[in-house]
Amino acid sequence: VSEGGRGRAARQPGTPSLFERDPQPAGGSVPVKAARARDSADPGALPGTAISVTTLAAITRDIIEGSFPALWVRGEVVDFKPHRRGHWYFALRDEESLVRCVVWASDQRRMLVAPDDGMAVLARGMLTVYPARSELQLRVVRLEGVGDGLWRKAFEQTRARLERDGLFAAERKRPLPMLPRRVAVITSLDGAALHDVVAVAKRRCPIAEIVVVPAIVQGDDAVGSLCAALDRIARWNEADVVIIGRGGGSREELWAFNDERVVRAVAACAVPTIAAIGHEVDVTLCDLVADCRAATPSAAGERAVPVLDALRERVGRLGESLGTAGQAAVRGAARRLASASRGFTHTAVRLVDDRRARLDAVAGRLTALSPLRTMARGFAVVTDARGGTVSSVSGVSPGDALRVRLQDGVIGVRAERIERDAPAAPAGGGDR
Amino acid sequence: VSFEASLQRLQEIVDALETQELPLARSLELFEEAITHLREATVELARAEATVKVLRERADGVLETLQHDA
Repeated sequence: VSEGGRGRAARQPGTPSLFERDPQPAGGSVPVKAARARDSADPGALPGTAISVTTLAAITRDIIEGSFPALWVRGEVVDFKPHRRGHWYFALRDEESLVRCVVWASDQRRMLVAPDDGMAVLARGMLTVYPARSELQLRVVRLEGVGDGLWRKAFEQTRARLERDGLFAAERKRPLPMLPRRVAVITSLDGAALHDVVAVAKRRCPIAEIVVVPAIVQGDDAVGSLCAALDRIARWNEADVVIIGRGGGSREELWAFNDERVVRAVAACAVPTIAAIGHEVDVTLCDLVADCRAATPSAAGERAVPVLDALRERVGRLGESLGTAGQAAVRGAARRLASASRGFTHTAVRLVDDRRARLDAVAGRLTALSPLRTMARGFAVVTDARGGTVSSVSGVSPGDALRVRLQDGVIGVRAERIERDAPAAPAGGGDR
Repeated sequence: VSFEASLQRLQEIVDALETQELPLARSLELFEEAITHLREATVELARAEATVKVLRERADGVLETLQHDA
């Protein structure tokens, strides 16, 4: 207060003299009010025109309010008391002085958290007078901590609330999709983060569609904008994974990502989320609640999509293994069939032997072959209407619908007549 | 069926064919199923390159993706 008072002294010589009796005006310029105060008809000039205490308080408040611009005041918080209607009352003091402060509930929207006694703060406010005690009062509209006391308190309070609701639980973490078709990226359209995510994701997997959901990522509008972006993604319902992030910045610039509304919106996202906020050392509550935390936007691009070429190679290898395994399965079945051939017709055994011989012939290059090749050599699998494999004529009647599986498709056929083979002598040329 | 589910099933079938002595009919059944998954996965990996889009909300609340020029 003394600083502000000193600074304004030159402009306010007339203010105190409103109630003075000194006939000599102070200074060269005579303030209008001071001059009028000497008029015996003016309020307060004589016992007969005495003013009320309320008038005095009102005049004092008008003069104080009209004389000071909004000021930043630094001091230590003492005597903090929250009012039941939500207002905060406290005092700011230093070694020698103290001024009462109030933060109306309506002015708290942009503040992180209530300060604690003993915290060093910077308070911006308008000086006024509380009329009930004619006491100077700073109506604080912005409050910032000196050091990180206030930030840390706000962060820890929000974190505790979210933790109570289980939002950081490990079992909430969902796996990321292996090959997302669409990757939504919530970030600023003109930030470096977007460029990094796109560059990395496109290089790894050019078939993945990247859909930017523009948002304001810092400042007063960031919280609303980030929540709106998450809401759009929910309504759009086409994203397979969501990256939310921005490049590095000060704690203040990253703060929206610690806002409870944003964090809860990320937690509620229907598809897996990747948070990439600031640099590796910056850990926001969004990072903690997301399914995956990437150290940087580039790392988020890496986590979001696979390396397409590697995946294609893997699928190609699986296809080859399938061919090999299929051949081996047929071979194994043929071997078992042959070893159990005692009850089989000569024809059937010859069939098996023939197949075995061919299979053995191609054993060296099985990997390139698919069992469908077996079919390419003329074999077919016959199934009945119920999908069961038909391996004997018994059970088939004329008129039955059958499916004949060939290498490149299925023929639906109807049995015309049944010709059962005559029983043959047990064959000796089996798998011995 | 998601891509990873297809791929996982494909891997399971390959493992089953490699390690288990299955009846021929069962092998072929699995093989046919595997071929379906293999085809789906291959088609998925063969999609055309995609461009970068921007999700915009029109005044009437309709969401649309537009080409991102940057």
